[in-house]
Amino acid sequence: MMKVLVIDYRMGNLGSVRRSLEECGADVVCSEDPQDIKSVSKIILPGVGSFRDGIEHLNKMGWTEEILKAATQDKVPFLGICLGMQLLADKGSEGGETEGLGLIAGTVEKFVPDPPETRVPHVGWNELVISQSTPLLAGIPNRSDFYFVHSYHFVAQDSKDVAATTPYCGDFVSVVARQNIFGTQFHPEKSSKAGFRLLRNFLSL
Amino acid sequence: MLKTRVIPTLLWKNEGLVKGVGFDSWRRIGAVLPAIKVYNMREVDELMLLDISASLENREPDYDSVSEYSAECFVPLTLGGGVCNIEIIRKLLLAGADKITINSAAFEKPALITQAAERFGSQCIVVSIDAKKKADGSYECYSRGGAKPTGKEVGVWAQEVEQRGAGEILITSIEKDGTMQGYDLELIRQVTQRVKIPVIASGGAGHLEHFLEAVQQGKASAVAAASIFHFTERTPLEVKQYLSQNGILVRDVHFETVHSL
Repeated sequence: MMKVLVIDYRMGNLGSVRRSLEECGADVVCSEDPQDIKSVSKIILPGVGSFRDGIEHLNKMGWTEEILKAATQDKVPFLGICLGMQLLADKGSEGGETEGLGLIAGTVEKFVPDPPETRVPHVGWNELVISQSTPLLAGIPNRSDFYFVHSYHFVAQDSKDVAATTPYCGDFVSVVARQNIFGTQFHPEKSSKAGFRLLRNFLSL
Repeated sequence: MLKTRVIPTLLWKNEGLVKGVGFDSWRRIGAVLPAIKVYNMREVDELMLLDISASLENREPDYDSVSEYSAECFVPLTLGGGVCNIEIIRKLLLAGADKITINSAAFEKPALITQAAERFGSQCIVVSIDAKKKADGSYECYSRGGAKPTGKEVGVWAQEVEQRGAGEILITSIEKDGTMQGYDLELIRQVTQRVKIPVIASGGAGHLEHFLEAVQQGKASAVAAASIFHFTERTPLEVKQYLSQNGILVRDVHFETVHSL
């Protein structure tokens, strides 16, 4: 059975990610030990909280180097969820300008309400406008709704890395995909059937 | 586009679900876990579970039960009741909550809102406000399950919690709660006009039109309800279909799957 690692870097709720993956039939390891990255075939970086805290925790716990090695040299399929997607960027602005993992070129910015009466944070179900086919979104109809809850969003430097956008404050990037590296701004583990489909797609990469 | 959410609220007291009228006269309505399972199967937009006795009894939430409930829930789950410090929030998030509501403690220690938002992100901090109309037509906030007047005017308090970092506001009319006579639209408007964060309307839904009013007239981002789902045959799906027929965007669920349950 494929083993999937859920990185525990003390940034919020891993329970629901674990249970969703188990529902999809995966053998899940939630671990705080970066050495565990060597024994798995898939990696998930979940997380809620601020960008700066996220990176600080990854650095302090010794994850950063192992993540970069696994994702770039060993090409292990890697999925960042919510804050985990944002951390893939070069730079974040939440909690002061901070360097990210730099796995997908871009920055993370706070929503600017547009039109001005738009409410931030962006909370609730919103759709994906799929701009590029990727195995991660296989079988998921365009305009399917997923659950979002966030105030910051990924600004990709290269449109080739963008697999889907979502209409809010203009359009923002909701799925990034670059070779074996993926990120979703929404929470597949909280998105019911569409979310399960996405997780199963990831597990079968 | 972002969809309007319909959120069933489950009030939990001494291991069972209850529902009252005006924050009183509690009726027992069954067990928690089966209700969560049903709502999860029906793919509701979100679920709120509030432990209404924790704060009154000055005790911490029951984390083991929360873990058990969240294990059955693959839609967003908001937990509340008895949340009075950072450690409790951390434990609830670990037990599987996605968002946390703070009510009484927000009045007693407003700095908690800021600390919680900084530590866990604004997006998971919902400040719950219970309010009652005063003789002069203004609204006063109450804490401790509607028992304690706080002297705070609702609009002023809503703005303060927003500034302190709340990600959402849950606004409940104490007088309308459980009556099924409709939301207090004036109350909802007073909050939605004052803040730029999403507002969840609560208290009073009894007919489909009530939900539409809360969205169209109250400008709520989400509508929460309990009695209508417990005591009538209406389901969250019917509410969404009604909203959709009236031009409100709602999340499309897989109707055939729902009906086969």
